[in-house]
Amino acid sequence: MAANNFRHALFCSIITLIISYPIIGFNLEAQGINVTLTGADASTVVMVLLAAVIVFLFQLFRDQIMGTLRSLPHPLPQSSKEPMAENRRAKIESWVLTGIVVLALFWPFFVSRGAVDLATLVLIYIMLALGLNVVVGLAGLLDLGYVAFYAVGAYTFALLSQYLGISFWLALPIGALLAALFGLVLGFPVLRLRGDYLAIVTLGFGEIIRILLNNWTTLTGGPNGIGGIPDPTLFGMEFGRRVKEEGNTSFHETFGIAYSGEHKVIFLYLIALVLAVFTALVIRRFMRMPVGRAWEALREDEIAARSLGLSRTAVKLSAFTIGAFFAGFAGTVFASKQGFISPESFVFLESAIILAIVVLGGMGSQIGVVLAAIAVTILPELAREFSEYRMLIFGAAMVLMMVWRPQGLMPMRRIHIELKRQE
Amino acid sequence: MLEVQNLSMRFGGLLAVDEVSLDVQEHEIVSIIGPNGAGKTTVFNCMSGFYKPTGGKILFEGREVQGKPDYKISRLGMVRTFQHVRLFSQMTVVENLLVAQHRHLNTNLISGLIKTPSYRTKEQKSLDRAAYWLDRVGLLDLANREAGNLAYGQQRRLEIARCMVTEPKLLMLDEPAAGLNPAETKELNQLIISLKEDYNVSVVLIEHDMSLVMDISDRINVINQGRPLASGTPEEIRQNDDVIKAYLGEA
Ligand SMILES: Nc1ncnc2c1ncn2[C@@H]1O[C@H](COP(=O)(O)OP(=O)(O)OP(=O)(O)O)[C@@H](O)[C@H]1O
Ligand SMILES: [Mg+2]
Repeated sequence: MAANNFRHALFCSIITLIISYPIIGFNLEAQGINVTLTGADASTVVMVLLAAVIVFLFQLFRDQIMGTLRSLPHPLPQSSKEPMAENRRAKIESWVLTGIVVLALFWPFFVSRGAVDLATLVLIYIMLALGLNVVVGLAGLLDLGYVAFYAVGAYTFALLSQYLGISFWLALPIGALLAALFGLVLGFPVLRLRGDYLAIVTLGFGEIIRILLNNWTTLTGGPNGIGGIPDPTLFGMEFGRRVKEEGNTSFHETFGIAYSGEHKVIFLYLIALVLAVFTALVIRRFMRMPVGRAWEALREDEIAARSLGLSRTAVKLSAFTIGAFFAGFAGTVFASKQGFISPESFVFLESAIILAIVVLGGMGSQIGVVLAAIAVTILPELAREFSEYRMLIFGAAMVLMMVWRPQGLMPMRRIHIELKRQE
Repeated sequence: MLEVQNLSMRFGGLLAVDEVSLDVQEHEIVSIIGPNGAGKTTVFNCMSGFYKPTGGKILFEGREVQGKPDYKISRLGMVRTFQHVRLFSQMTVVENLLVAQHRHLNTNLISGLIKTPSYRTKEQKSLDRAAYWLDRVGLLDLANREAGNLAYGQQRRLEIARCMVTEPKLLMLDEPAAGLNPAETKELNQLIISLKEDYNVSVVLIEHDMSLVMDISDRINVINQGRPLASGTPEEIRQNDDVIKAYLGEA
C-alpha cells in the first residue's frame, strides 16, 4: 500500500516535471527572422522543482488529505440535518425568494452605478444558468456549446436594429424564438448521441456559430462587431440625453427631472431582474408539468420511459429548445446592455462559466444556481489584482467542489406533486 | 389481437430466438415458459420494440409492428414490465404514474404555463386515474413516498399500475412473481385475473412459478433454447412428454 502510494507519487511528480519544464522553462525568442531557444533562469527552475515536490507530497499523502477535506463541516448545515417537512420548506423557500426579489427591486437606488451594472451582468448569467440548468441539470444532456444560443439572441437584436430599426421590446421575443429555433434545428441531429459524444458535438456547434459570426463580415461586421445597439425604451421614452428616434420622448424631460446616466442603468437592471424572475418562474412551472417529469424520467431510466411511450428525441429536444430560448432572452438583454457586441463575447469560455455555475450551484436547483451565478461573476471583480490567476482559481474551486461537495452548493430538491387525500 | 409469426433473433453467433410463433386473442392470458436462458425475455424485447427482430413478423391488431420504435409500440397499446423492476426511483409513487400518462396530458406548453381550465381538468383526471390504480394495487397510502423506498413486492405492483394507467390493450409481464412471497403471489394472481376480467386487457406472461402459470393461463407456450417446444392449454402442457423432460422434470 505505502510502496504503491510512493511509486504513484513519484510517477506523478515526474510527469509534472516533464510537462511543465518545457512549457515554462524554455522561451522562444525572435531575433530578426531567426527564432532562438533560451533556457530558463534559475528561479523558474526552482519553481518547477518546487511544484514537482508539492505534487509528490500531495500524492503521497492523498488519502489523508482527502479524508480531512471530506470530513470538514459542510458550509450549509442543511445537508446533515433532518429534512424539514416538505410543505413547510416550500413555504419558507418561497418567502425567502420573494424577500430577495423585493430587496433586489429597491437595492439599485442606493448603490453606485458600477454596482448596478455588475448586478445586471449577474442577472444575465442567472438567466443563462437557469436555462442551461434545464438542459444539463434536468434533462441530463451535457451541452458545451450553450453560448451559441446566447450569441444568436444577441446578434438577432443587433442585426434587427441595425438593418430594420427594430426596438428592444420587439427584438426580445424574436431573439428568444430564433434561438429556440436554432436549438431545435441543431438539436435534432445531435440528440441521438450520448454523454461525451453529445458534449463534443455541441462544443463544435458553439464554435461553428462563433466562427461564422467572425467570418461573415458583410452581415455581422466580423471581428469588428456591431455597435450602436439601442437601449430599451419605457413606453416610448428614451433614456439618453437627447431623443434619437422620432416620435419618442425622453424620460427625464417627461418627468421633469434632471438627466442622469444612472436612470438608464437602473432601468436595464430592472428589466434584467424582471426577465430573470420570469425565467425562474416559468422553469419552476415546467418542472411540475408533464414536460418536466418527462425530462426527469428520461434521465432516470431511459428504457422505462420509452416503454411507457415517451419519445426520446421529442423529450430531449424540448429541453434543448427551451434552454436555447432563455439563452436568446439573455443574449438580447446583453446586447442592449453593452450597446456593442462582437464574436469575442461568445467564446467557449462563456459556455464553461455558465456550466460551472450550474455545476457549482447544484444541478437542477434554482436557488443554488442563483448563488453560484453571484459568486462566479462577483468574486473575480472583487479580486481584480488576482485576475491573471482567475482561471487557475476557477479550476481549483471546481476540483475542490467535486471532492468536497459533488452535489453542488444546494443540491436539487425535487418539487413533488402531492396526491391529496380525497375523503 | 397479437400474432407472432416465426420470430427469430440472432445475437452474433447466438440464435436466441428461433422461429417462435404465438398468438393472443382478446380477453386471454397467454404464458411463455421455459428454462433460464430459453429466450423468453428476448421474445418480449422484440415484441415491445427494444430489439429489431432478425426474422419473422409481429402483428398487433392486424398491423405489422416488428422493428417499430419502442415508444410507438407502447402508444399502440402494448405495454410491458421488466424482469428487473424499472421504476423512476427518485420520483414519488404517484409521479411514476403521472409520467406514464404523459400522452393523455400532452397539452401544449402555454396552456400548462397559464393553467387553462382544460389543462386543470386533464391534470386532475390523471391524478384521479393514478389514485384509482394505486388503490387498486393497494399502494394508495404510499402515494407520496419515493418509489425507490418501497418494498420489492410493492415496487412490482407499482410497475403494473404504471402500465395500467396508460390504458393498454395488451399487457406483457416479465416474471411478475419473481421475489414475491406466497401471500403476495396470491394477490398477484387475483390482480392479473381481474385485469383480464374487469379491464378487458389481454396478458402475456413470462413466469417461472408453475402454480401461478397453471392457475391463470388460458394457453401456454413452452420455449426451450430459443425453439418452440409445445403449446396448448395448461392441461395439455402438464401432460406433454417433451415438456416434462425438458422443463418440468428438472424442477
Ligand atoms: N442483447 C443481447 N446480446 C447478446 N445475447 C443476448 C442478449 N440478450 C439476450 N441474450 C442471450 O439470449 C439468450 C436468451 O436470453 P433471455 O434473457 O431471453 O432468456 P430468458 O428466457 O428470459 O431467461 P430467464 O428465465 O433467465 O429470464 C441468453 O443466452 C442470453 O445470453
Ligand atoms: Mg428473462
